[in-house]
Amino acid sequence: MRIKFKLDGEYVEVDAKHTDTLLKILKDKLVVGSVHFGCGEGTCGACIVLVNGRPRYSCLTLAGYVDGKEVTTVAGLAHDGELSEIQKAFLENDAAQCGYCTPGMILTAKALLDRNPSPTDEEIFDALAGNLCRCTGYVPIINAIKSLSKKR
Amino acid sequence: MVRVRKTRAEIEGRWREEFVVEEEEKISPWPAEASFRYIGGRVKTVDGVAKVTGSATYTVDVSLKGMLVGKFLRCPYPHARILRIDTSDAERMKGVRGVFTFLNVPKIPWYGGLTNILSDVLRFQGEEVAFVVAEDEGVAEDAVEAITVEYERLPFVVDPVEAMREDAPKVHPDGNIFAGGPSKISRGSIEQGFGEADVVLEETFRTSAVLHNSLETHSAVAHWTSIGLTVWESTQAINNIRQRLSQIFSIPLSMVRVVCEYMGGGFGAKFDPGRHTILAALASRMTGRPVKVYLSRTEENLAAGCRAQSIQRVKAGFKRDGRITAMRLEAIINLGAYAEWVPLVGGPYRMLYQIPNLETVEWGVFTNTTPHTAMRAPGFTEGTFGLESIMDMAAEELGIDPLEIRLRNYAEVEPESGVRYTSKALRDAYLIGAREFGWEQARSVRKENGKVRAAGLASVVWWGGGGPPAYAEVKLNMDGTIQVLTSTQDIGTGTRTVLAQIVAEELSVPIERVRVVIGDTSLELFSPGSGGSGTLASMGPAVRAAAIDARNQLLDIASQFLDAPPEILELRDGRIETKEGEKSIRLEDLLRQLRDFAIVGRGARGPNPDGYAVETFAAQFAEVEVDVETGAVRVLRVTSAHDSGRIINKLTAEGQVIGGVVQGLGFALLEQRAVDPASGSIINPNLFDYLLPTSFEAPEIMPVFVEPLDTRANTLGAKGLGEPPIIGVAAAIANAVSRAIDLRITQLPITPQTILEAVKKAKK
Ligand code: FES
Ligand code: FES
Repeated sequence: MRIKFKLDGEYVEVDAKHTDTLLKILKDKLVVGSVHFGCGEGTCGACIVLVNGRPRYSCLTLAGYVDGKEVTTVAGLAHDGELSEIQKAFLENDAAQCGYCTPGMILTAKALLDRNPSPTDEEIFDALAGNLCRCTGYVPIINAIKSLSKKR
Repeated sequence: MVRVRKTRAEIEGRWREEFVVEEEEKISPWPAEASFRYIGGRVKTVDGVAKVTGSATYTVDVSLKGMLVGKFLRCPYPHARILRIDTSDAERMKGVRGVFTFLNVPKIPWYGGLTNILSDVLRFQGEEVAFVVAEDEGVAEDAVEAITVEYERLPFVVDPVEAMREDAPKVHPDGNIFAGGPSKISRGSIEQGFGEADVVLEETFRTSAVLHNSLETHSAVAHWTSIGLTVWESTQAINNIRQRLSQIFSIPLSMVRVVCEYMGGGFGAKFDPGRHTILAALASRMTGRPVKVYLSRTEENLAAGCRAQSIQRVKAGFKRDGRITAMRLEAIINLGAYAEWVPLVGGPYRMLYQIPNLETVEWGVFTNTTPHTAMRAPGFTEGTFGLESIMDMAAEELGIDPLEIRLRNYAEVEPESGVRYTSKALRDAYLIGAREFGWEQARSVRKENGKVRAAGLASVVWWGGGGPPAYAEVKLNMDGTIQVLTSTQDIGTGTRTVLAQIVAEELSVPIERVRVVIGDTSLELFSPGSGGSGTLASMGPAVRAAAIDARNQLLDIASQFLDAPPEILELRDGRIETKEGEKSIRLEDLLRQLRDFAIVGRGARGPNPDGYAVETFAAQFAEVEVDVETGAVRVLRVTSAHDSGRIINKLTAEGQVIGGVVQGLGFALLEQRAVDPASGSIINPNLFDYLLPTSFEAPEIMPVFVEPLDTRANTLGAKGLGEPPIIGVAAAIANAVSRAIDLRITQLPITPQTILEAVKKAKK
């Protein structure tokens, strides 16, 4: 089947099998380096992208589902070489060590802040519940999110 | 003058002899009062932008023209022999380019010769049976399924205590005991020591096998061409992988290139080439095509290593005043099906306290489970739980404050060898850590609506001195930029950043001008693996020496441009100036005039000092809240006070501490590789059932650095920090929980069930 969607603001068209996951299409066909395989079964969050602004495990999303929709990866957040606020906050707070979980974390954090600009601790934990990080111990990631919270 | 010296180098307690070539004049260590622009600051990572924009490339992202994909068939049983294997259907499938089994691959010895790269005898669930390469992943998966195998199931043993019995099923023909017997180390006389004791305590402590679960699984891309073998590997030791490949395939080192630009975590599991690496290389040699292989999460958790399970029987004698008179440890360590070394569970017992009479007996035992591999402070993280638990039991028994009893057994010299330390500020770590944590107030047990709060502490000793050989170059380019070249790698600890800081400092240039090129053996500048908390202490001094060499050459050249003697020239803010500032030239203006002549400074890591021990220390404090109704434990806060010598980057150092503490929390409360004793199957080889800490579990963590001036260890005065933060966490948490419920925790992880059972037992 042929699917057409907006990837980081640009229309793309690819051939996909009905059984292909979005992760597979992004990695193999569209050569998106920032979407990572961590488990392939919806348990780690390394593969998260935003579909119409909501975080989704691309490893569990069938490619056909995004037909006509808008997919955002972390590569689509910077504009004209200027990092987005959330990327800057990750950098300032040293929230990326090996960096493998980072794109998924940033996208989850962005989706959270977009719909809830001043999340409580509990809301941050809830939002990050599907994103694992083995390096940072989460505290720098939580701090990065809090640094953008509008309540401060 | 070039000097060659023979020295001893250590990684994670394993020593080897090395020759070091020293070229430079002696470089003096940075003095205490030095004022720095970058060293010791909170410097943002130089590769952070690549990570937050997703442009950092990992091994799985490597995509080459004509690349094939490899997949494994793995053994479903803990112990089996292949009677018959039929690959004909798989071979006939469209798109399949090769099927490898023990019948058609060379007999490459694996795990130190305990088996071969592929074998007909399989000793753990998940062991590799066959390898398929195909045009695409789906085809490879289908082909794996098309292989039929008839297994003879063999008797198995998964419990290390059972495995030690005479009549236990044999994992290997020579039996289940590593090296045929335990490693026994003693000093003094324990009989006499126990005789002198006022109190003797005995307890058995148990720690579980836990899994690294780096977010990136093991992966490799191998490409064999007429000029040699190139391997991209997610690894923490590119030079080790290169050497092993050169040995295994009997090809010169110059024909092997190993690349790892970024990698998604290692924690000890990615030191060596895996079977996936070797088979990808074999398949590439056969097909002439590049071959990629990456493990699924389940494969990773079945076959890519674990922290070894341990059982520690401890007996300890104390005087009334808390001084240890004698200690004995007998440890049983579950190595899994294969091992070339035994983790040093006895390490902390031997190294932490001044114990006059000590015996440690460490049994490495083979079982039909995943082979263990190094995991962040292997042995020490386990051993510290036992040792620091018995210390708390003694404190309770004798009515001494847990902090005080540790101070009373403080080792002023290295207890095993009697040599001095290059630096040791553990006492400061205890005292400053206790103050920052508020130990005085926190140590009392407080009860509030069904929940109990209490605090505990633990001490940490580890190596982390790094050492030679390690080489680097610093290159001053025509455009005024600076390159640091060395074939080290970054496992996520911020290697590029600290090396850039050192060069920016020595050359007095903005850090933005410094680019660190690592992760490729073709740089031909040897660096050790990133492990043993040694990368900074090994590579930093080499890079600093290279920067100083480059600076000296630069000043020589500048003196001729400026017509001023080099002694009165200084580097300041990207300029070369005479001391009074009357003559001055911008670095890039000078370099531009040299045109294509790039100044290259060379540096080598010198040996560690003879007659001294280089060790790292920490004191870790934890406050917990236990819900006695549900058994739930929540860690509220942790203060982790470290002596890792000089801290080069406060920001990334704090990151190591916080990350290590949370991993330690997982080891303490959540993580456990579970085996069904009846079938020998692994119950939780995935992230649904294997519990990793999430953001919810992360407590408030306060890192503290005591930073003694260490002018002996190396020219930076820095010691390692990667591993110490995990080591004492479980012990500190267990001590806190034990105080909260007034019952001794002897087993990890501390699950709600353990707590409820303990409470129930005590009520009876
Ligand atoms: S790869 Fe999709 S959740 Fe892990
Ligand atoms: S930074 Fe390594 S997994 Fe999060």
